[in-house]
Order: sequence, then C-alpha cells, then structure tokens
Amino acid sequence: MPKKILMAGNIAIAEGAILAGCQAYFGYPITPQNELLEHMAKRMPEEGRVFVQTESELAAISMLYGAAAAGCRAMTSTSSPGFSLQQEGISYMAGAELPAVLVNVMRGGPGLGNIGGAQGDYFQATKGGGHGDYRLINLAPASAQEMMDLTMLAFELADKYRNPVVLLTDGFLGQAMEPVIIRQPVTELPDKPWAITGAAGRPKNVINSFEMEPANFQPRVSLLLQKFERIKQNEVRYQGIHLDDASLVIVAYGSASRSALTALKMARQKGLRVGLLRPITLFPFPYQILADLAQKVSDFLVAELSSGQFIEDVKLAVGLDKRVELASQYGGVPLAPETILETIERMSKVTIGR
Amino acid sequence: MTLDTPELDTVLYHKPEALEDYPFHFCPGCGHGIVFRLIAEVIDELKIKERAVCVASIGCTVTSYHYFNFDGLESAHGRAPAVATAIKRCRPNLVPFTYQGDGDLAAIGTAEIVHACARGENITTIFANNAIYGMTGGQMAPTTLLGMYSTSTPGGRQPSRAGYPIRVCEMLSTLDGPAYVARVSVHNPAAVRKAKQAIKLAFRAQLANLGMSLVEVLSPCPTNWRVEPVKAMDWLVEHLLPQYPLGEYKVIPAVADLKKESRRA
Repeated sequence: MPKKILMAGNIAIAEGAILAGCQAYFGYPITPQNELLEHMAKRMPEEGRVFVQTESELAAISMLYGAAAAGCRAMTSTSSPGFSLQQEGISYMAGAELPAVLVNVMRGGPGLGNIGGAQGDYFQATKGGGHGDYRLINLAPASAQEMMDLTMLAFELADKYRNPVVLLTDGFLGQAMEPVIIRQPVTELPDKPWAITGAAGRPKNVINSFEMEPANFQPRVSLLLQKFERIKQNEVRYQGIHLDDASLVIVAYGSASRSALTALKMARQKGLRVGLLRPITLFPFPYQILADLAQKVSDFLVAELSSGQFIEDVKLAVGLDKRVELASQYGGVPLAPETILETIERMSKVTIGR
Repeated sequence: MTLDTPELDTVLYHKPEALEDYPFHFCPGCGHGIVFRLIAEVIDELKIKERAVCVASIGCTVTSYHYFNFDGLESAHGRAPAVATAIKRCRPNLVPFTYQGDGDLAAIGTAEIVHACARGENITTIFANNAIYGMTGGQMAPTTLLGMYSTSTPGGRQPSRAGYPIRVCEMLSTLDGPAYVARVSVHNPAAVRKAKQAIKLAFRAQLANLGMSLVEVLSPCPTNWRVEPVKAMDWLVEHLLPQYPLGEYKVIPAVADLKKESRRA
C-alpha cells in the first residue's frame, strides 16, 4: 500500500506543483487560498526554486507570463476577486501561447462577496474571461487527491498545448483535509526552443500577441482556434457513476459533485435509479458524452455552487427536449445533499406520474 | 591643399551589432531612435547580446523587440518590471531590461515599477519621458507639465482638474532597493554622450548583481508637442529640464566603485 498523508486540498495543489517540476511560483494573499501561498513560501526555496509574494494579482500574472516566456514551469494561485484582476495577463498569455498553471480557489461573489466556497467563476474561467478570442483548459478536482493529480496534469497539458490551464476549485475543497497518495516526481521536462533563453547560437526569439495589421493577425487567431479544436477532440475527461441503469442523471463538478455523490447514495437506498456524470475537464466540456446519455435518459439534474451557469452547458449538450433542473447554492453557501435529494425525489414522482 | 580623408575601407561609424536591420517606425525628430541606438551600443560594448532580453511595453515602443538583434517579448501595459523580474529570477544569467514610456511606467504601471525597485530586483529599466502619450495621439501623461497642452487637457494642464506631474527619479530614489537612478536627456550631442554613460552604468550595475537600475531619458516628441523636430530640442531644454533636472539621484557605493573603475580604464 502506498503511503497516504492527510493534507488540505490547498497543500495538495502546492505539493502537486512541486512534483510536476514547477520552477517558479508567484502569488498574492487572498482567502481561501492562503495556505497554498504560505506552503510555497516555505517549500519553493527549500527546493531551490523561485517564490515571489507580489504586490498584486496583476503583478503575479505578469510574473507568471515572464516565467512562462523564459521556458519555466510556473504557477500562480488566487481566489475569485484576484482571478478577475488576472484576466489581463491571462489574455496576453493565451495570445502569446504561453504555458502556465492558474489556480482559482473560488469564493462567494460577485464583488467582495465572502470567503465561503463557490463556483460562481464558471463562465469567467471556461468561456475566456479576458478580452479576445481564446479558451483556457479547465480542470475541476473533486478531492484532495485530485487537487494533487490534476495540478500535475495541468502542467503537462499546459506544455503540450502551449496554453494556460486553470485548476478551477473552491474554498471547501481547498480547506478540507483528506488522505493523499504522494505521486512520483516528474523528472524530465519538455524542451522549449521557442523560449526566451538568450539568443546564443540561435536566431533571436520573440514572444508577443501583437500584429498591427488585422489581416495578419487573423491567421494567428485561427491557429489558436485550431488548437482549441484539438483540445476538444483529445482532452475530454469525466467520471461516470451508475450511468448504466440510471433514469435520472445528476451532472456536477468539484465540491458540488461530492454533495451529489452523497445524494446519489441516499437516492439509491430509496430504490431510485440515479447516476452521476462528473466533468473533470470543464473546457473541453464533455458535450458528446452528455448528448449520448440523452439518447436514453430524459431527466437531468444539475447541482452547482452558482446560480445557473454550469447548467447552460448541460442544456446545450442534452438538447431542449430534455428535462434539466437545477439544485444550487451560491454566495458561499454549501450545497447540502438533502437539497439535491429533495429535487431528485420531486423529479422522480413527476416522472412516475407522466 | 589636400583633404586628410580616411581610406575607404576604414570603418569610422557603424550600426551596432545589437541593432536589428529593421526600420524604426518613429516620427521625424522622435527621441526613441537615439535611445535605442545607445542601448544597442552599450550591449555591444558589454558583449551581452547573447544574454540580453528586451522587455517591451505598450505605447510607441510596443514593438521594441523588432529593433534589437536579441531575444525580446511583449508585456501588458505597465507590467514590464514584473515580467522582467520573473525572467531574471528564473534565468539569472539573462540580462533583461524594460523599455517604458511615461504613461506605461508612471501611470498604469506605477505599482510594478515601485515594487520592482522596492524589492531591489536585479533588472534595468530605461524610462523614456516625453511628457505626453504618443501612440494614442497626444493625451496628458503623468509627466505632462502644468499648463502644457495635450488633447485631454485642451486649455493646458490645470492642477485643480488634472493634478501635478510626477518626478519619477526623485520618487524612486527614496527607496532602499535601487542601486542606480539617473535622469539624462538626448537634446544635444553632449547630452547624448552622458545618456550613454548612464545607460552603460545601469547595465553594469545589473551585471555586477547590485540591484535595480533605472535611467530616465528626457526625449522629444515633436509630433504631439506640435513643434518642428529641431525646435523640439529647444522646447525640451526650455520646459522639461527645469521640471526634471538632470543628474544622478541614487548611486550606491558599489555603483560608485564601478564608475571609478571605468574612469581608471
């Protein structure tokens, strides 16, 4: 049996980044991700790597841009208001095709909101968020173990596609402690011949997202769009539970999927045939998986910690003729499994009556 | 009478190796071209072309990296000091410098330059101050003089509405982090020679790991000042120099030692 260590989700992210070969970390304090920054403040210098506490999230994302441009694996972490500030740099990184990992430990919003866990940054993270035509790969862990594993995957995908990757999680998962199996460290990092390393023995490298002439810029954006299509083809990840015999499927990600799983177990004990589809990648979204499910299931229940954002993608996937209901909390309030179960029972009764 | 002419194969003056074969796109009489050439000469003389990194900013010098024959990259408006910070921290052997205008450094990027200086990052900033926004068409800059016309201060800059100009070198030299802070100008050949000395010392401070070095260069913008190129140099002397006195604002002892070394050499 591999050794398991009890750790908070935020710490699992930090250790996952170190295992993945993260060479530089930049961050600004914000709750509920502070443990991550504090852990990196201690661990990165121990490993002989770069740690900078920045003057703002703007500076953090700009340093991330610089580190990524210099060919280093690099990460920043923040929570919702800080993620909003970082949209400027994220757009530049997407435009300049720079690989890096962005952690958003979401909290209640809009505005200053509060420090409870939430999923209200779904649109911002998965649809672009900053200016211009781009997408970010979005990974949504649902346990402390996945906080570590998906952080490591985030670095791999960032380098594979030369694109920023968001680890989209929330304050509940960030703070909760769970046993984690420590993975093997990554020992070989990919070559980056395009990086800013000094023009010694090669022509100069330039990294930018600028073309004055629109007719010259459009082909660059087209290349980005082709890349996003490849990501959609190759990188969809999800977990399905009890989908084979399900007459009702809950769709949920992150900490909402944990509440959903408990609700599923309670419903099964009552003899209700409930399944769970948990997207692990939010971009690319598992549209096709859901569309295939909709061939045999007509009842879907979306559980999310936002007021109806994630449900839009589910509706897009299953079609307008399916019944898609919402069980949600927002503003930093956790979603009780009982709330989801009530909706399951109500939907099941109506289904029986039809 | 015979003219004492050099042989035709004797090179007296040449384009610096560090300068790319790429035409400057600046307006006639603009000072940026002079400053770019000085940076390139310094990089040649210090033999650091293979380690130099130009961190461009936003404004008229948005494509700075095109003019140099070494690695370079874009940065978002005002963020160049943060980008350069990360490059230096991640690859200490590289020699990154930012090239920033007054809007970029002294308005939208105030936090980034102040904190790069406060941390004493081992990077170099060349700060071109022409007291106006060039690229966007002549709006008020943080360094626009009181009473000076700009397209966003149509009756001249009034402090009651638009506040006061910022003296960047004076402000930053109060911090402990910078190793070298100086203000120079390019209004005549003597000033250009002094500007080059300051730029060279700034890069030497970085090469000696002494901390942040910043050189502010007063530079003409005839187009947006709405004066002819030659008169723009006079305008700079008459109006900018009194507000922004030239000189060295911070020289830590280790940088002073570097200066002595170069005098001996």
